[in-house]
This record gives sequence, C-alpha cells and structure tokens, in this order.
Amino acid sequence: MQLTNRKVVVSNKVQSFAERLYLPAIAKGMIITASHLFKKPPTIMYPEQKRPIAPVYRGQHVLKRDENGAERCTSCGMCAVACPAEAITMTSGERKKGEENLYREEKYAATYEIDMLRCIFCGLCEEACPKEAIFLTDRLVDTEFERRDFIYGKDKLVEKVDARIDVTKRQTQAVLDFKKIPGLKHNELFDDKKLNKGNKH
Amino acid sequence: MITFIIYKAIMCVGVFVLLLASAAYATLWERKFAAFLQDRKGPSRAGWGGLLQPLADGVKMFMKEEIIPNVSNRALFILGPSLFMITAVVTSAVVPWAKPVNIGGHIYEMQITDINIGVIYLLGVASIGVYGIMIGGWASNNKFALLGAVRASSQMISYEIPMGIALIALIISSGGSLSLKAIVEAQDAGFANIVWQPLGFLIFFICALAETNRAPFDLPECETELVGGYHTEYSSMKLGLFLFAEYINMFISSAVIATLYFGGYNFPFAQELYNTLGLADGSVWISVISFSVLLAKIFGFICLFMWIRWTLPRFRYDQLMNLGWKTLLPLSLFNLLLTVVVEYFRGNIHF
Repeated sequence: MQLTNRKVVVSNKVQSFAERLYLPAIAKGMIITASHLFKKPPTIMYPEQKRPIAPVYRGQHVLKRDENGAERCTSCGMCAVACPAEAITMTSGERKKGEENLYREEKYAATYEIDMLRCIFCGLCEEACPKEAIFLTDRLVDTEFERRDFIYGKDKLVEKVDARIDVTKRQTQAVLDFKKIPGLKHNELFDDKKLNKGNKH
Repeated sequence: MITFIIYKAIMCVGVFVLLLASAAYATLWERKFAAFLQDRKGPSRAGWGGLLQPLADGVKMFMKEEIIPNVSNRALFILGPSLFMITAVVTSAVVPWAKPVNIGGHIYEMQITDINIGVIYLLGVASIGVYGIMIGGWASNNKFALLGAVRASSQMISYEIPMGIALIALIISSGGSLSLKAIVEAQDAGFANIVWQPLGFLIFFICALAETNRAPFDLPECETELVGGYHTEYSSMKLGLFLFAEYINMFISSAVIATLYFGGYNFPFAQELYNTLGLADGSVWISVISFSVLLAKIFGFICLFMWIRWTLPRFRYDQLMNLGWKTLLPLSLFNLLLTVVVEYFRGNIHF
C-alpha cells in the first residue's frame, strides 16, 4: 500500500575510478576556497567604521528639557504603564519655590530609572508620553561589567543643558500632528476638552 | 679552527632565529589566510595590519597560569613539549639554505652540516618527534590526551613507511646520494626532481601533511572528539611550545619538500641570471638570491598546507589507516618499481 508519493529508490551507485581517486574532487574544493581569496570581505571595522542606521533608530533613551532648560517630565507614569517590559520606575517630587528653572511643572520625577537590560527598545514610552519628555535616540547603550550598572538613573537619562540631544528626526511635524488628532483613542486621554467633560472610557 | 666554530655558531643561531621568526609569523599568516579564504579580515588590531599579533600571542602564552596536573608524571609532562620542540628545530640542521659563499678564499656552505646520510637523518629525527607527543599525552594521565597520543604515534608510524619508500625512489632518480646538498646540486644541473617523480611527490606531500599533524590529518588534536587531543592538559607556554613546534614542523617540511622535489635554492636559468648580473661564483649576492628563492618556495608550500587545511574536512580514523596502508603503501611500492624501470631505460641503473 502506498501511503505517500515521496518514495525514493535508493541508488547503490558504485563510485567510479575518478571518484575513488578523490583528487579531482579535492581540486574542485580547493578551487572553490581559492576563489574566496579574491572576494571582498563584508567586514565593517566597527569602531572606525559604522553601519548607517535609520534616523528613527530606537536606541538609548533621553529625558528632554524644554527651551529654558527645565525638565519636561512630570512623573505622570504613563511611560511606566505603557512599558511592556516593566523597565521604568520613578518616584515623584513636588517643585519648591525657586526651582521653576529646573522643572517645568509643579510635579517632577525625583528619581527616574530605566533598566536597560529589561528594556526592549520598543518605543512605547515615547508614544505614551504626553509631555514630549522621553525619546529614544540613535545612541547605543554602553556595555558594562555589572548588571546594576545597566540601571540608568536621571544622571544618565536627562540631557545636559549644554549638550542637547537632537530628536527632531523623531519628533517631526507629522508626529506632532498625529498626536493632536482628537478622534484617536490614544490622544483622547490628553485632550483637555474631553478631560474636562470627564473621561468616557 | 676558531673561524670554523664562529661560522658554525652563526649558522646555528641564524637558522634558529629564522625558524622561530618564520614560525611566529606563520601563525599570523595562518589566521590571515584562513580569514581571506572565509571572506573575513583576520587579526588586524595589534600593530599595523596585525603585524604584532604573534608578539601579543607570545606574551599571552607566557602570562597564562601554568597548570601541571598533580596526577601527571611531572618530569615526563615537562619533557613532552620540550622534546617535540627540540626535534622540530633539529631537523633543520641538514637543509641547505643557499649557495655557498666565498669569503677570502674560504668557501662557507650555507648549511649547518652536510652529513652524507641527510635524508635518513631527516626521517630519523622526524620519527623521534612522535615521542614528544607520545610522552606528553601519556604523562598527562588523561584519557583524551592518551587517545590523542596513541593516534599520533600510529599515524606517524603508518605514514613514515610510504614516505620512506617515496624517498628511496627519489634517491634512485636523483643520482643515488643521500646528502641533501648533493640532491640539490643534482637538480641544478638537470631538471627538478618533480619532473621524474610526480607520483613520488604526491605520496611524499600527503605523508608530510600526516607527519606534521596538519589537517586533514590532524586527528591527534581533533577537537570534536578528543577535547584537545594530546595537549588537553597543557597550558601556558607548554601548550605554546606544542602549537609553535607544529608551525616549525610545517616550515621544515616545506623546506624539505622544496629541497627534495623542487630544486631547493635553484631556479630555472639561474646561471644565466647570475652571468647577466655579472656575479662571480661564491658571491654573497648569489647566496642572497638563492636563499630568497628557497624562502619563496617554502612560503608557497606553507600556503598550500594552509589552503588544504581550510578546505578539507578531517579524516575519520579508519579512513586514515586505509589511506596509509591500503593506498599509499602499494602506491609508493608501485612508484618505486616504476622509477627503477624508468631509470633503467634512462641509463642511470646498471645491472
């Protein structure tokens, strides 16, 4: 009874004299390897030479400051909620008098930590952020020797006042416009008019 | 007498330095060559284009922790790599490196010693080399090391026989002298021996691969089956000596193959070239040119060794034995018979 049509008749072919000599086959193999001598290796000599990456590459995060140098983050926790890897933790602080130049709004993130080993660089924190405070950049996360060194605090995440990090390639006008479309569920939450009426969801 | 001693000392030191330097750079070239064959770049960080890589490897080997297993036989454990290295180096004594130099009426041979049984000396020292592996593997008191050592010794013994018979045929066709110097000089007058001994060369070359434990005959240190083979238990510079001696062996084998079959330091139309350059016999420049020619031939064979290593997979053990005893041995005997017949008709043998 034939169950499948994959039957193959085994060939018990005896090797010819030329095949048993092996030398022709060896010569053939050697010619193949020799032909690789003249091929250009695809190697990229890394530290000197870098592979071009997309402008919207999702690398190490940055916590942005506003035009005046005050931190944009208000510690609302939307990013931590959105994070599928639960890599973000934060504690909130209240802005004191005289700290207006440091923090944009009354509430700010006293600590803000991202565990770079947990992070999957999906960019959902950036999408969730209502204050345009967190962005992923095209920088790579450094290698470390200890696991604890991969937990990045505000010292590593907040951009320096004198060394701003350009995110205009990610924060394009199209993105900003998208965030203003009122019909989208994503944007409803932060739509002031709707918030005033009370959240229907 | 004192000049003789100085001259011999210079020759010994010179050849020794040549061996060490070339073996060191053979390790680099092996890695580079492998990289080129595999579309990679190879070591390129230490020094310009990786030129200081052998130095870095040497420093690494010396700095590594040295472990001598306390179940091993300490004296033999140390003797193993030393013996392997010594035999590898000693083989070079009979290789003629260049044309003799005439300084102030004295003719200085560019060879450490021209003994009249040079070929037999080569075979003898090469077979002592297996003791290094055997003793090292056995003294390790490790099953993998022992298996590697057993494989090495049976492989070397098996392949020495066709190698020896191929050499007999070579000596018959090259004029009957066992001195390497005489064999080279005979090739200067006529054709290189490869013309009369193509089959013998093939047999000798395959046996040389097996004798130096190079792929596809690297069963003694077969990683996939035997961890590290005979040097499983070795670390630090003792391991370094084993690995290093392999490259010296490769260099010497290439030199011997070039000398026996490819005319050594001779090349076609050598005398015509010297005449056009206006160099008299015994000139230093002739020596330099002939030495470079030999080095070029050696380099070619080293490349061939490496090319084969990075192309062919390793033999299975029974295949190795079959090839040695059932193919190469009859083939070498046939080659011997053929040589005798050919040489009879060439008029070199008289009954």
